Amino acid sequence: MDRYTEQRLFGLLARGAAALVVAVMVLVISVTIYRGGRVFLMDPTIVITPPGSRYMLEGDGGFLHAVLGSIFIVGPATIISAVLAVSTAIYLQSDYSSERFSDTVNMFLNVLWGTPPIVYGVFVLTVIIAIGARTSMFFGIVAIAIFQYPIMTRYTDEALRSAPDSVKEATYGLGATRFETALMTARAALPGVIAGIVMGFARGIGDAATVLFTAGRSTNMPAGPFDGATTLPVLIFDQAMSFNAEVRSHAYAASFILIIAVLGLILVSKLLAGRYARYAPGGRHS
Amino acid sequence: MTTNTALTTKDLSVTYVGDREVEALKGVSIDFSANQLSAIIGPSGCGKSTLLKSLNRLHEIQPNVEISGDVHLGDQSVYNTDEPVPKLRKRIGYVPQTPTALPLSIYENVAYGVKLHGEYDSKNELDALVESYLQKVNLWDEVEDRLETPGAELSTGQIQRLCLARSLAVEPDVLLCDEVTSALDPISAESVEETLVDLKEEYTIIMVTHSMEQAQRIADDVVFLYLGEVIEENDVQTFFQNPEKERTKKFIDGDTIVEYDESDDDSPSEAVPAER
Repeated sequence: MDRYTEQRLFGLLARGAAALVVAVMVLVISVTIYRGGRVFLMDPTIVITPPGSRYMLEGDGGFLHAVLGSIFIVGPATIISAVLAVSTAIYLQSDYSSERFSDTVNMFLNVLWGTPPIVYGVFVLTVIIAIGARTSMFFGIVAIAIFQYPIMTRYTDEALRSAPDSVKEATYGLGATRFETALMTARAALPGVIAGIVMGFARGIGDAATVLFTAGRSTNMPAGPFDGATTLPVLIFDQAMSFNAEVRSHAYAASFILIIAVLGLILVSKLLAGRYARYAPGGRHS
Repeated sequence: MTTNTALTTKDLSVTYVGDREVEALKGVSIDFSANQLSAIIGPSGCGKSTLLKSLNRLHEIQPNVEISGDVHLGDQSVYNTDEPVPKLRKRIGYVPQTPTALPLSIYENVAYGVKLHGEYDSKNELDALVESYLQKVNLWDEVEDRLETPGAELSTGQIQRLCLARSLAVEPDVLLCDEVTSALDPISAESVEETLVDLKEEYTIIMVTHSMEQAQRIADDVVFLYLGEVIEENDVQTFFQNPEKERTKKFIDGDTIVEYDESDDDSPSEAVPAER
């Protein structure tokens, strides 16, 4: 095979692979939007209606409880995790930590990242049993935050590392403290930091396993932080297993809401990142 | 020398201790005169940037650096002092080699250092400061109508002048410039050079340069570093026309090949073009 045939073949392979990925993505999104969007548009109030007493059996009412559960669990978890992740990532930079220390920590973070979320769920459940507590929204937040933390930390760490050293030198050179310099470096790496936080959020809002063990699969409206709750992914699982066709159709509507939420957030983060990228040193020139 | 000394190094040694120990500076003692532009020249890897960064303890942000000796800014010791390092760095400013706008607007780039040290009372005063420093580096006319746009959107030459304005705005006594024109096109480089020449009326400027021509054009004093040691320190005329040391003469004549001692047999020898 001559060099040019080789190149053409590789080009075909690459294009084929890309087409396959895009096709699968388009299929999943369009089926969800088609089937879920239809159910949702026919009766959008299911998103803001609390479940009836026999919701899981007959589909009376809506699934506001899971929408609120997702917001109240993943929202605070993302905030807690983002604060911890950005602080950790800053601490892992050369100003604070030796190379060996940050390499070791990063290795552990990679292992945590690769750990299946169900393991976090079981871990927090063990703690819940050990202290004699009940599954609740609070423990859901803890489990999701633990799950998001390595993802956000690794993303932020990579973003901070890719910020040019000259930002650090220039900031120190003006008489900034270590903390002020860290803030400036984080600012220079902001598009990457935002991407990391959004990735963590997207993974968190889509995860069922952690919540299943820690917040339960409540079919009632969340009453408080120490009461049981459920989130959209857990609800989708329960709905999809239902014998009632209407409840099953709600699973698509719930998936639709979930996909729209994640897409919307990714769009917002792209816009934000684009805005900050203009400021990035050596970044985009208009 | 008739002028006052602004900055003095006394037996300054810097060693990088990592996988391999490298003695970057070997007991360097230099007097930098006030309101003069001193150029540090020498082949690559001979400790120029290390010397510059050790003048305001900037090399301390890297891991694995050991230092001995001292630097004096006037009567103030830079190393044996209780004063916080950021306060020292405020007095000895540093402009990095790569023109780097902070991820802020043009205005905020200049105001950043002033805000760090809280040296203004009102927004009006800050506005006036920003304007005056942008004028000092001949950038004001080019940016006055777009102060709120990102600094990173300026051209490289403009960014380097912005960096100068930013460093000057914290009112340092001494300004350290690390090859500040090496990343610039000839026209931008010329305008930065002109700015530096204007600035030495008010500041003591110490610059590292690769270019002997540049040193000849704008420097008052020249320090020749070779393998971490000062070979010669002289005013620019004597240095280039009548150098005292044989090694200096060879360097000026274009012999920039570094001859390592036999004991350093694992060090690569390198040839460096004399000028950029």
